Amino acid sequence: MIKLENVTKRYGAARGVEDISFEVGEGEILGFLGPNGAGKTTTLRVITGYHPATSGRVTVNGYDIFEQAQEAKRQIGYLPEIPPLYHDATVREQLEFVARVKRVPASQRKQHLDNIAQRVGITEVYHRLIRNLSKGYRQRVGLAQALVGNPPVLILDEPTIGLDPRQIIEIRQLLRDLKGEHTVIISSHILPEISQLCQRVVIINEGRLVAVDTPEALSRRLRQGQRVLVRIDGPHKEVFARLHDLPGVAEISVVPEDDGQPGRLYDIQVQKDVDIRRDLSEAMAEAKWPILEMKSHDMSLEDVFLQLVTEEDIGFDSGWTSSETDAKEGGVSDDA
Amino acid sequence: MMHNIATIWRREFSSLFRSTIAYVVIAAFLLLAGYIFSIALFSTQLADMSLLFGNLAVTFLFVAPLLTMRTLSEERRLGTDEFLLTSPLTVPEIIVGKYLGVLSVWVVMLLLTGVYPLILFIIGEPEGGLIFTGYLGLFLLGAAFLSVGLFASSLSENQIIAGVIGFGILLGLWLITWIGEAIGGGLGLFIQSLSLLGRYDAFIMGILDTSDLLFYISFVFVFLFFTVRTVDRRRWS
Repeated sequence: MIKLENVTKRYGAARGVEDISFEVGEGEILGFLGPNGAGKTTTLRVITGYHPATSGRVTVNGYDIFEQAQEAKRQIGYLPEIPPLYHDATVREQLEFVARVKRVPASQRKQHLDNIAQRVGITEVYHRLIRNLSKGYRQRVGLAQALVGNPPVLILDEPTIGLDPRQIIEIRQLLRDLKGEHTVIISSHILPEISQLCQRVVIINEGRLVAVDTPEALSRRLRQGQRVLVRIDGPHKEVFARLHDLPGVAEISVVPEDDGQPGRLYDIQVQKDVDIRRDLSEAMAEAKWPILEMKSHDMSLEDVFLQLVTEEDIGFDSGWTSSETDAKEGGVSDDA
Repeated sequence: MMHNIATIWRREFSSLFRSTIAYVVIAAFLLLAGYIFSIALFSTQLADMSLLFGNLAVTFLFVAPLLTMRTLSEERRLGTDEFLLTSPLTVPEIIVGKYLGVLSVWVVMLLLTGVYPLILFIIGEPEGGLIFTGYLGLFLLGAAFLSVGLFASSLSENQIIAGVIGFGILLGLWLITWIGEAIGGGLGLFIQSLSLLGRYDAFIMGILDTSDLLFYISFVFVFLFFTVRTVDRRRWS
């Protein structure tokens, strides 16, 4: 339904997105995930035809967004990050304007808009000025606007950003209701949102595609095992070496902190199906290095995401994730 | 295509009247027009509108950027341009629709000044032809001003800046006559021929020349084209 082939968008000298390719099947809800500034909005703007791509090709329902712009744009309902609403109009006027633009026949217009308003829950503000609406309502009006004309494709850029928790839940429920009727791309930098709604996830970082998979496969693919966070009061070098010798330990890093707590917090990555907690505490007790705290947790999707970005990041030599890695490594070598 | 232009035109026109801008601009314009008309009538005692036409042109030079300054800059500020540019509308349709929106306000303003010729016809015997060509000239001149203002509005998302740029261009085009006179010769004549106000004088004097008509129409065309190009180019950067 939506197809991106090697899409690159550069702004002058600055990088936008580089060589993005993926496909979205009919009726699918795709999560488009990445940290802020990863290039999500840029990619969506290329898909919707707001920005022409520097190179590469986007087709929506078979229409090229650049070559057959009018036809392609007719397939899309788009909710940008900031809902594009005229503050001097009432909700009704705004939606009627959009209905005219989208060529909803005049005879069906009222019925169509009433249905959408009902569905999105804006009937009680239908005759109010958009200027006076809360952020949550504006977001809903934006969503209603994207639904006008019943386009086969919906593209929603951070639909829950800036909303309070109750509004977020309501918007998510709305999006869930859209399942099956439309092909949807939802961008977000919040993982749980995406994993709840989407069958498939595209992850983007620093303008490049990092992974395309189902949320389950992503977490499975990356779940090499458990993680154990442990605070140990002892000579760093020896503790570090001893931890390394424990069977089943894959990777150790020191969590950088400077809050004056005794000991150091070690983040231990454990191989699959191994529980090192017993061995760990015995080893430390033997060496008389007290364990001040220990917790283990399965990697949540959040961690998977963070790791995904971090892992792929090494090859790209970039940004915030690498500086975080540096800090960890630095912490180890300083003390060693 | 006409349907799309009409949709934008309708939104633009109603939006201008929803804000106070249109009312303030129209009121100020009519106040000045009434003042000039009365002064001219009492001092010359002639049933003639040439003085009024001359002064209304200058008045509208100041007023036109106020009408157009928010037209495109406001769309960018609100982010509504993102809707328009991702909708099935084309950029020329959007620009022409918006232009017709502000142009309609100008037509309303001209219609409201209709009381003055009406008064003249009641109290005297003015020359109908002169009044007709005067109005035609004033309409065309205003149409040209508005196209410049619209272009200026495409340059900035700050409406004040857009207004100042528009006013600056119009003032520059006004002063061009003097530059032409100062230079003299063939080049001077050529520069003078580009003057918006120079050609307008012919209309006030009752001279209807197709070249003047074509000049204004192509002037509007060129500035609308610039506007389309500006909006289009921004999408690439």
